[in-house]
Amino acid sequence: MKVSYYPGCTLKTRAKNLEDSALAAFKALGIEYQELDRWNCCGAVFSLADDDLIHMVAPVRDLVRAKQLGAGTMVTLCSMCYNTLARANELMKHEEVKRKTINDFMNEEPDYFGEVEVVHFLSYLKNQIGWGALKSKVQSPLGGLKIAPYYGCTLLRPKDVAIDHPDSPTLFREFVETLGGEVIEFPSSTVCCGSYQALGNPEAALKVSFDILSDAVSRGADALVLTCPLCDYNLGRRQDDMLRKYEGAKDVPVLYFTQLLAIALGLSQEVCRFELNRSSTARLLKSRNLLAGVKA
Amino acid sequence: MALVISRRTSDTKFHDRVSELSGQEFMKCFQCGTCSGSCPMGDHIDTFPRKIMALLQLGRMEELSELNTPWVCASCHTCMVRCPRGIDITKVMEALRLTRLRQNVNYVEPSNMQPEEIIDLPQIALVSGFRKMTS
Amino acid sequence: MSTDAQEVTAGVEAKLIPIYVMGKRYDVPDSLTIMKAIEYAGYKYIRGCGCRGGVCGACATVFRKPGDYKIYTGLACQTVVEPEMYLTQIPFYPANRAVYDFGSLTGRPEEIFALYPELFRCVACNACTKVCPMDVEVLDYISAVKRGDIEAAARISFDCIQCGLCASRCFAEMPQYHIGQLARRLWGAYLTPKAEHLKTMVANIQAGRFSDGLSGLKAMSQDTLKKTYQDREMEPATGGEDWTPKDRQYL
Repeated sequence: MKVSYYPGCTLKTRAKNLEDSALAAFKALGIEYQELDRWNCCGAVFSLADDDLIHMVAPVRDLVRAKQLGAGTMVTLCSMCYNTLARANELMKHEEVKRKTINDFMNEEPDYFGEVEVVHFLSYLKNQIGWGALKSKVQSPLGGLKIAPYYGCTLLRPKDVAIDHPDSPTLFREFVETLGGEVIEFPSSTVCCGSYQALGNPEAALKVSFDILSDAVSRGADALVLTCPLCDYNLGRRQDDMLRKYEGAKDVPVLYFTQLLAIALGLSQEVCRFELNRSSTARLLKSRNLLAGVKA
Repeated sequence: MALVISRRTSDTKFHDRVSELSGQEFMKCFQCGTCSGSCPMGDHIDTFPRKIMALLQLGRMEELSELNTPWVCASCHTCMVRCPRGIDITKVMEALRLTRLRQNVNYVEPSNMQPEEIIDLPQIALVSGFRKMTS
Repeated sequence: MSTDAQEVTAGVEAKLIPIYVMGKRYDVPDSLTIMKAIEYAGYKYIRGCGCRGGVCGACATVFRKPGDYKIYTGLACQTVVEPEMYLTQIPFYPANRAVYDFGSLTGRPEEIFALYPELFRCVACNACTKVCPMDVEVLDYISAVKRGDIEAAARISFDCIQCGLCASRCFAEMPQYHIGQLARRLWGAYLTPKAEHLKTMVANIQAGRFSDGLSGLKAMSQDTLKKTYQDREMEPATGGEDWTPKDRQYL
């Protein structure tokens, strides 16, 4: 089945490790995909004011592009893009008056009625590929690696676009288990990392992110796995600030779910782009011989 | 601090404006405090969402305009999914932000950001941060 | 009017049509461009008329037509007037133009981000593309910059003439055309492949490989020089990729 693929801006620069590992996994899993032509930034956050339709235009324009491509399903990797696009899609499906206003405003584009289905790759793996089929393709199981799956906010909230139960999700656990990893459950797995407050209130974002990492580490996690480049910034890159600021802070390897997938599928190490992760990530994987089975 | 409630202190216009922007009915809130208990930014906000709902019910515009809460809120939607009264508090926070932003007053000033700061942030942070905190 | 002018226009009865310049009605010949029509009406351009040849972007103009909500744009020196057009000229539209030391840049997308962070306020409303008199897909190149694709931004914005109408319409208050220009500069200076053969050639010149030939030419009389030029070996029109001249001493 052919799907359209929406990357998102950061996946073309800082989160190239998310994109490259995912695209390699698409191929390995036989997922035929095509990146949208002429896509624009979706806006990253969904507008929450009832009268604010101008901020719906960006995600809807992308949905129009997906419709033009003719694939019924549009797969996203970044969970913030997923949330924004999926919510805009719900609006275009169900809110007739707003839909008409947006379609009329975008008079240079064909009308859109919510025809495309927006899917996050994690749900796609579960529902379209299936855990059983995925397991059969695992070449180097992650045996022994203790992984704390971090959902963050936008995959689970609000309910109408949640890929799993907002308060007790299991999808990410199933994913890690399928790849042969040991799952470390931790209560903070659905707690916000501070998101865009990295910009508005960086100290507050740093503290909540530090608490999340501490929770995972205190339960024995070797690494944190996530789905979003902004979470990766707050929980990954900003560990340098944590190590300076908080006593007892530890360097925690952080990686994208698609990198984990690529490793388990035995894909080339190059597609994982570990140079974009904390250096502790590749060190950990090497020490567990998880990069050994990987084709160099 | 005692709150004096009278018609004089109650700004119904402001109440109606926030209600209209957010599409939420504050009067449905029965002050259980689940939102406050769920807020990941609890240590960093000066006023819990439960109290904000109370202030909105009373139309206390002055107190509401000085809070840092809407500006520390990260729109994580935890309060929203847990509210037993089905109020989308995230939308209320957005409405409170917009009452300021729509007067052309930014909370974050892109022109004043240092180049090193911008270069360190991924695009996704700049886009989402500007969306929420610039007019 | 001089007699000469009357003779020239004799028999070509110009049809007059009404236009509105800043709200005031004037009757002007229907064959004029907007720029000439405004001058015909008695206005004088001090600035903002530019090259009058459709190249420089100085005279970008907006106008409306009666009963139509849409904004129309064009270059005043190229667009012919239509009856009942609503016109004015926008001599200059203020836009934030970042100051940078180009030599210290290296061609990383982050350099554009730091100079123009307002870029990230784009809402993809597409007003920029709709208003562009050069039909540049402005939103597309801004989207390309946002995702760090400087080459795509440079290519898509290539036809931009820096008129600034995009900035005048921008919801995010950004100067698209300056951002596009920076992308083109970075791409041209730092990201396109370097011409390695040029280095070899410069080295050859410096090593004096062509000195004899040049001084020989310089010493020739005008007639000998002409003859040498006329007798030179030319690449035939049908010459293929691998054609080389018989005299290869300077290759």
